[in-house]
Amino acid sequence: MSTVESPRPGTMRETERIPSGGQRGGPNAAMVGQKALHFGPSAKRIVRRMRPDRAKVVAIVAAAVVSVALFSIGPRVLGLATDLIFAGVFGRRMPAGTTKAQAVEAIRASGDARVADMLDAMDNVVPGEGVDFEALGRVLLLVLALYVMASLFSWLQGYLVNDVVQGTVYRMRGEVEAKIHRLPLGFFDRQPRGELLSRVTNDIDNVSQSLSQTMSQLLSSLLTVLSVVGMMIVMSPTLAVIALVTIPVSMVVAGQVMTRSKPLFVDQWRRTGTLSAQVEEAFTGHELTKVFGRRADVEARFAKENEALFTASAGAQFISGLVMPLMMFIGNVNYVAVAVVGGLRVATGTMSLGDVQAFIHYSRQFTQPLTQVASMANLLQSGVASAERVFELLDAEDEVAESATPVSPGARRGQVEFAGVSFRYVPDAPLITDLSLLADPGHTVAIVGPTGAGKTTLVNLVLRFYDVDAGRILLDGVDIAQMRRADLRGEIGMVLQDTWLFEGSIRDNIAYGRPEATDAEIREAARATFVDRFVHSLPDGYDTVVGEAGGTLSAGERQLITIARAFLADPALLILDEATSSVDTRTEFLLQHAMAALRTDRTSFVIAHRLSTIRDADLILVMESGRIVEQGTHDALLGANGAYTALYNAQFSAAVVA
Amino acid sequence: MLLRLLTTYLRPYRTWLLGVLTLQFVATIASLYLPSLNADIIDQGVALGDTSYILRTGMAMLAVALAQVVATVAAVYLGARCAMGLGRDLRAAVFHRVGSFSSREVAHFGAPSLITRTTNDVQQVQMLVLLSSTMMVTAPIMMMGGVVMALREDLGLSWLVGISAPALLVSLGFVISRMLPGYRFMQARVDAINKTVREQITGIRVVRAFVREAFETSRFDTANLDLTTVALSVGRWMAVMFPLVFLILNLSSVAVLWFGGQRVDAGQMQIGSMTAFLAYLIQILIAVMMATFMLVMVPRAAVSADRISEVLHTESSVPPPVAVVTTLGERATARFSDVEFSYPGASDPVLRGVSFGVARGQTTAIIGSTGAGKTTLLGLVPRLFDVTGGAVSVDGVDVRRLDPELLWSKIGLVPQQGYLFSGTVASNLRYGRPDATEAELWAALETAQARAFVEAMPDRLETPMAQGGTNVSGGQRQRLAIARALIRKPEIYLFDDSFSALDLATDRRLRQALAPVTRDAAVIVVAQRVSTIVDADQIIVLEDGVVVGRGRHDDLLAGCGTYQEIVTSQLSAEERA
Repeated sequence: MSTVESPRPGTMRETERIPSGGQRGGPNAAMVGQKALHFGPSAKRIVRRMRPDRAKVVAIVAAAVVSVALFSIGPRVLGLATDLIFAGVFGRRMPAGTTKAQAVEAIRASGDARVADMLDAMDNVVPGEGVDFEALGRVLLLVLALYVMASLFSWLQGYLVNDVVQGTVYRMRGEVEAKIHRLPLGFFDRQPRGELLSRVTNDIDNVSQSLSQTMSQLLSSLLTVLSVVGMMIVMSPTLAVIALVTIPVSMVVAGQVMTRSKPLFVDQWRRTGTLSAQVEEAFTGHELTKVFGRRADVEARFAKENEALFTASAGAQFISGLVMPLMMFIGNVNYVAVAVVGGLRVATGTMSLGDVQAFIHYSRQFTQPLTQVASMANLLQSGVASAERVFELLDAEDEVAESATPVSPGARRGQVEFAGVSFRYVPDAPLITDLSLLADPGHTVAIVGPTGAGKTTLVNLVLRFYDVDAGRILLDGVDIAQMRRADLRGEIGMVLQDTWLFEGSIRDNIAYGRPEATDAEIREAARATFVDRFVHSLPDGYDTVVGEAGGTLSAGERQLITIARAFLADPALLILDEATSSVDTRTEFLLQHAMAALRTDRTSFVIAHRLSTIRDADLILVMESGRIVEQGTHDALLGANGAYTALYNAQFSAAVVA
Repeated sequence: MLLRLLTTYLRPYRTWLLGVLTLQFVATIASLYLPSLNADIIDQGVALGDTSYILRTGMAMLAVALAQVVATVAAVYLGARCAMGLGRDLRAAVFHRVGSFSSREVAHFGAPSLITRTTNDVQQVQMLVLLSSTMMVTAPIMMMGGVVMALREDLGLSWLVGISAPALLVSLGFVISRMLPGYRFMQARVDAINKTVREQITGIRVVRAFVREAFETSRFDTANLDLTTVALSVGRWMAVMFPLVFLILNLSSVAVLWFGGQRVDAGQMQIGSMTAFLAYLIQILIAVMMATFMLVMVPRAAVSADRISEVLHTESSVPPPVAVVTTLGERATARFSDVEFSYPGASDPVLRGVSFGVARGQTTAIIGSTGAGKTTLLGLVPRLFDVTGGAVSVDGVDVRRLDPELLWSKIGLVPQQGYLFSGTVASNLRYGRPDATEAELWAALETAQARAFVEAMPDRLETPMAQGGTNVSGGQRQRLAIARALIRKPEIYLFDDSFSALDLATDRRLRQALAPVTRDAAVIVVAQRVSTIVDADQIIVLEDGVVVGRGRHDDLLAGCGTYQEIVTSQLSAEERA
């Protein structure tokens, strides 16, 4: 875009410092960077992501070519206008009626050979006539038209780049979100949330900013460099060589800067992620931090990471900020060289002054886009580096693939069978070994046992949050590993101890498991699970917005909502994992009826510590260290006087005091 | 807001900023000087065939170029340190301020928004400073230099400057004003993206169990589209800017040639002056353009600055005491005196007229129905909230007059959800007392009935812990949280329904083990199970925020209807068993 013509090249002021089009959010984007370990492949992956916008990308290139071409023709045509004025000035000075040749001779005779030469070269001087304003007007109108067209195409390019980049980034965010649903659960145990969030927001933002900058600028700058080089070669191959030396030198310098800024970018971006994770965790565990007197310590850890981020980012900014001044310096050295060599050649008569001036002008026009290209390359690397972090997430291993030939769930009866199931979370710590059990349709199976015996793991396996290492789990005679996860889970309703509600109304949260439920159904579920009772006391009733941060509901109330959610979902198989641990016993007592109703005609797995919740179970499994040590009904197990009896006595002895 | 934030937080960098200013000044002057040296080469060297003059001036040009690059590099260095230093300071300030917040303020902003404010918003502000430090000198100097030089060349054309510069300003101002509303939304929508993803990660099991991935994806897509829509509209105006600037620049040069040509033809102006005028006009317009680049950054940074200032100016609803009391009359006691608490904006108080005392060596149990205000009551002791009426005192002093650090050092809190931090088992246990020995850790684990499962873990105390403690079961989490509180050896234990996920045998063993350990402390237990609290020295029965019964188990069984109901609801089960 360095197409602003100055007809007196010698006085052309520094324009290298112009933050041209590319600066939109530029340094912002340069803020972030990462190990662009696989620069090429990653860049290709980004480009591949633009495939849906192929047509627009082609249009962008076309618009860039046209606008650069028009912008570089502009000054040439404007030069014609200067010539016309020049000619007018000379024409007026010459006596009317003489020919141009006579005038030239007259001037030469007066000793001013240079002016005579110049005049001789002009073909539109009419002695005695002033400036030809009609011709000047025509030329200027032409220039005007050129510039308007060039601006239009440049706008079109910018418009399309914006479209393509935002579209690409939109899809990228969507991909990351979709990935979250495909990752195995264990992934989230290892990855701090804040770090993940940083990739979805900060890294993708960086990709967006560097992409829009490079796409709008890199192409135009490259094309400008090419067109100027072409012009220079046409004018003087010798001087062109001097100017062209700039290119490899610039490349080496830019490359050097890039290698040095790379590790700093890596550091900066990694630390941004770490700091985000730290901040996220500190804000989440905020109360504990305070009450445990760890504020000072947490702040000290934050300060350390913050300082490290400062060092990395100040370093990265400084090193990458070197590209501009260094390139300017190279440009200036080139400028001096051209001026000196050109000056010497004019002095020895091998080149005309006009040519040198034009040349200097072009060589200056040439350094600016070159500087742009160099800083773009630096920036692009930072963007690719961020993309790398996003791709790293996208490349993380998915859950075990769905069966290629998925089997539909069997007749909906709700029979669950474990056949020789073994499972471990960590390779060398077997959790469940060779476990077999049969839950008959419609039965309630209670799982009891000490914490950590593997009760929740059983649930995780039934839901296929994890897949068994050995053995099979059958739902209505079909191996669940052969079923699509969605089909399997569609048969199951679940209430967990952790009461997760998303930010939305109570109504939407109850309907979470069955979004098509009518308002009447929602209310019925709410009434059956005692949600209705407290919802009535809320000013906004069922429209009350709840969520993670909402302090309006107690833990028990939140738990009731999750129970209503499962109730409404009406599944074939119900899993209650400590579903009522936060509900007071009176409410739970009332809930029993609802729960009993909920459990009829469907198989239920109940994990609970309150014997009251399990005493009616058709089958009680007593688990210890991943194995079932006892099973039977409440009465049978008490009669056996084993582990269950011991467990029961612990409760009963306490209760008996009451 | 932006200005105030910058003047406050840039103060420590005054000297450096002055350095940046000076260096940029030098660099700008140098870059303006180069072309005139070049003109000398041509006018005096080439024209007169003076080769040595050409070489001499060439060397001078090199020296000037060198001075320019050195000055610029130094300015970039200082500028980067100023801007990034400002960013660091702002992050620290926000982080510190949030640390002083009560749970209410954290809930008000929401953790995801606070995260965006600490990281992303600070980044916007620091980038403005970085960009300004490279342009704040250059633009005005170029502009003023250009105006002076242009007027010197020809006064007759100066009206062109008076038209082009304002035209540029007005049209850019218009474009920026169109972009402004978009920027306002932008950060809020980044918050929304953050919030949705964070919810999805925390609720991943529920999402999967209910097969609501599609719903979640559409929920995210809404947030994603919202952000994209704003980004698109801002980007579209941005795309107008540069063609517009160049169009105005080039229109101006065409105008100079047309009007200048007439003046030249009329002999009112030298042709050299006309071309020089053109060059200066362009220089002025470029300076105007540079100024607008900063202006583009400003609205975005201003929105971010507002969001940062909002956090920095929010006062904690649990303000630090004005006159700190450090001499305490008692030890390990707490007292609730006619306590009332309402959430802001709520019509009814959560707690009303609650009065009771907790003595050293005694266990006070709080029981009541879901939503009765039990957790709130516990939170008043460590000032997670402050009472809206009455008072809570610890060791005889109103908690609002105690040094918070001193207050907290007395308290061992076991929250309902048993939140654990990422790290290892040991780092979590040492959370309240970093210097605890390994033996002490094991002793606390023993008491908390957690020894066996920690011993069974692959790396025992060094076993990694996921954020929130999601890699252990609910019961294990609760016991680790209890052990964490035990290690502090506090004077007042606050157990918020901390036994709910424990099986009954473990619950019983735990309570037996706790008794000797807590002999010198006051214990407040919120519980659901009667069996957990049957031995308590004092039981407070809470119903809808009011104390409806107070006494020992037997007294309450005899005289408190609500308590009888609670007991019946649990006993009936056992009796039938």
